[in-house]
Amino acid sequence: MTRSFLTRTPSLLIFITCLAIFTIFVTLAAHTGLISTSFVKTLGKTLCLCLAALAMDLIWGYAGILSLGHMAFFALGGYMIGMWLMYARTEEIVVASLMNSGLPATPEEIQQGIASQIFGVVGASDLPTIWSFAHSLPLQLILVVALPGLLALIFGWLAFRSRVTGVYLSILTQAMTLALALYLFQNDSGLRGNNGLSGLQNLPGLDAVSQDSISLWFFWASAAALGLAYLTLSWIVSGKFGSVIRAIRDDEARVRFLGYSVEGYKLFVFTLTAVIVALAGALYYPQAGIINPAELAPIASIYLAVWVAIGGRGRLYGAVIGAAVVSLLSSWFTGGRAPSIPLGFMTINWVDWWQVLLGAAFVCVTLFAPKGIGGLFDHFAGLHSPDRKGAPLGPDQGSLQEKEAIE
Amino acid sequence: MSQLLEVSGVTVSFDGFRAINNLTFSIGPAELRAIIGPNGAGKSTFMDIVTGKTKPNAGTVTFGEKSTSLLKLSEAKIARAGVGRKFQRPTVFEDQTVTENLTLALKAARSPWRVLAWRSKPADHTRIAELAQQVGLSDHLPRKAGELSHGQKQWLEIAMLLAQEPRLLLVDEPAAGMTLAEREKTTELLVDIAKTRAVVVVEHDMEFVRRLNCRVTVLHEGSVLAEGSLDHVTKNKDVIDVYLGRG
Repeated sequence: MTRSFLTRTPSLLIFITCLAIFTIFVTLAAHTGLISTSFVKTLGKTLCLCLAALAMDLIWGYAGILSLGHMAFFALGGYMIGMWLMYARTEEIVVASLMNSGLPATPEEIQQGIASQIFGVVGASDLPTIWSFAHSLPLQLILVVALPGLLALIFGWLAFRSRVTGVYLSILTQAMTLALALYLFQNDSGLRGNNGLSGLQNLPGLDAVSQDSISLWFFWASAAALGLAYLTLSWIVSGKFGSVIRAIRDDEARVRFLGYSVEGYKLFVFTLTAVIVALAGALYYPQAGIINPAELAPIASIYLAVWVAIGGRGRLYGAVIGAAVVSLLSSWFTGGRAPSIPLGFMTINWVDWWQVLLGAAFVCVTLFAPKGIGGLFDHFAGLHSPDRKGAPLGPDQGSLQEKEAIE
Repeated sequence: MSQLLEVSGVTVSFDGFRAINNLTFSIGPAELRAIIGPNGAGKSTFMDIVTGKTKPNAGTVTFGEKSTSLLKLSEAKIARAGVGRKFQRPTVFEDQTVTENLTLALKAARSPWRVLAWRSKPADHTRIAELAQQVGLSDHLPRKAGELSHGQKQWLEIAMLLAQEPRLLLVDEPAAGMTLAEREKTTELLVDIAKTRAVVVVEHDMEFVRRLNCRVTVLHEGSVLAEGSLDHVTKNKDVIDVYLGRG
């Protein structure tokens, strides 16, 4: 009973070791030119998606809340860091160009220059109020966590307080991300409408540093964030808190009668995962270089759920495996590198057919392997769950319960 | 002696149907009470009201020395105030071990932050071992609750209720689906528990109620029809009419 944290979560050490080996390997391969800078970025972005999937697993796999809106928090995190990147970068350019005009530039002139540079594209020349903190990196970093956290807190409070559960909650979260996307598509939303924020790969003040190094820095940061989040979440789910949220997933009314405030726990998990996902987004978009409202499309959050389902719900490494495998396969298939298959009457072009393949894979996993890829580890470890076709164990001593349960 | 739970003048209607009609009921701090009544008499609704699941249209429900009203509290707060409830169907967390199930129920802080910081102490292990001993599950602590037999699950649930250290226990048909030996053990357990706290048992089975050997309240159409010893109420003409369908 008094087993330590490490023995309770044997997968933790294995995961951290694999992540460390992977990071070292990629670093060496990048230095020797074995893999390209763009591929390092792809891998770094994949790690961020794994981080988001980890949070999705906590809220869906453990707490049983199928949120289909978490990618909205991912994009919001990206927007918040993107605002600073774009502002600071534009400031450099504006200051440099005003230097040539002879007279020293006043702060107002610089401000005006930045505003017309950034917002000329949507026909505005004033800096919107929401950009008030964009000049300061620390303030904008606080917003990366605070804005999605606050949105999740308010949305979650309203939804959970009214005891919205199951598919209704999923629809509500889809509506939330769609509404946010539609709002950001407007030019007067203050975030450049459908143009989004761009040039995020250029870090201000680091013109001398090549993208090769910057891509590696972000790769390391993403790997460190993933490792840290895995450690924290393993600790959370292995303790009593994990026990409570799994209990909420299985029978929420019973947990209420044990004296736990189910709504409080749901809100806690919803907000915590929103913050983790927002951090993942803040690491992702500087590597992607561009963010626009299409990133908040409802389908993005559904993909997140599909990764976790394919990887295996209710186990943290399953979520990471699912996100990594599916998103890497996706970039391979849609990158045009997968050979097309001519069938005579038609040609299977993977750029289009990948979606079909993914959909079929999702259906197959749901039907035939509900534990996902992670279930394979159980298979190799010799753990089997009895196949009772969903029926509970027998009612009394006459049944085969002991034998079945051991199987 | 002041009463632990007092329900007075409670009325609940569902779409015009009066499930509970001007019900008045009270129970002392260490008392065993059986509630019987035909289907639809309002037994389950009564439990729903006391545990906060259903809000009554009229009446008061007070609990404890300070006569706290339970009507404004959420289910979780009522549970923390000291009301435990056992459902008809055994509801234990099947995917978790017996130890984990008991740990969840142990009296401790319930807020997310406090639970996050919670570490098991030697006293908790002793308490869990004691509870398991009391319901005869000592050998099953590391097993998943889903692997237990129906009767064992019922006992685990009773142990979880005891772990909460409630002052009032509401038990819904504890003997349903149990073998004869299991029933006898459950009877002993309930009689034993009622020495230190209030226990309300809702039961259909007269034989089981007879074994409990306690005061009986008969519910009919949402109000109390008769109250007293089992022999007393079974001689009551109204009760006979209701049970034989002449009412």
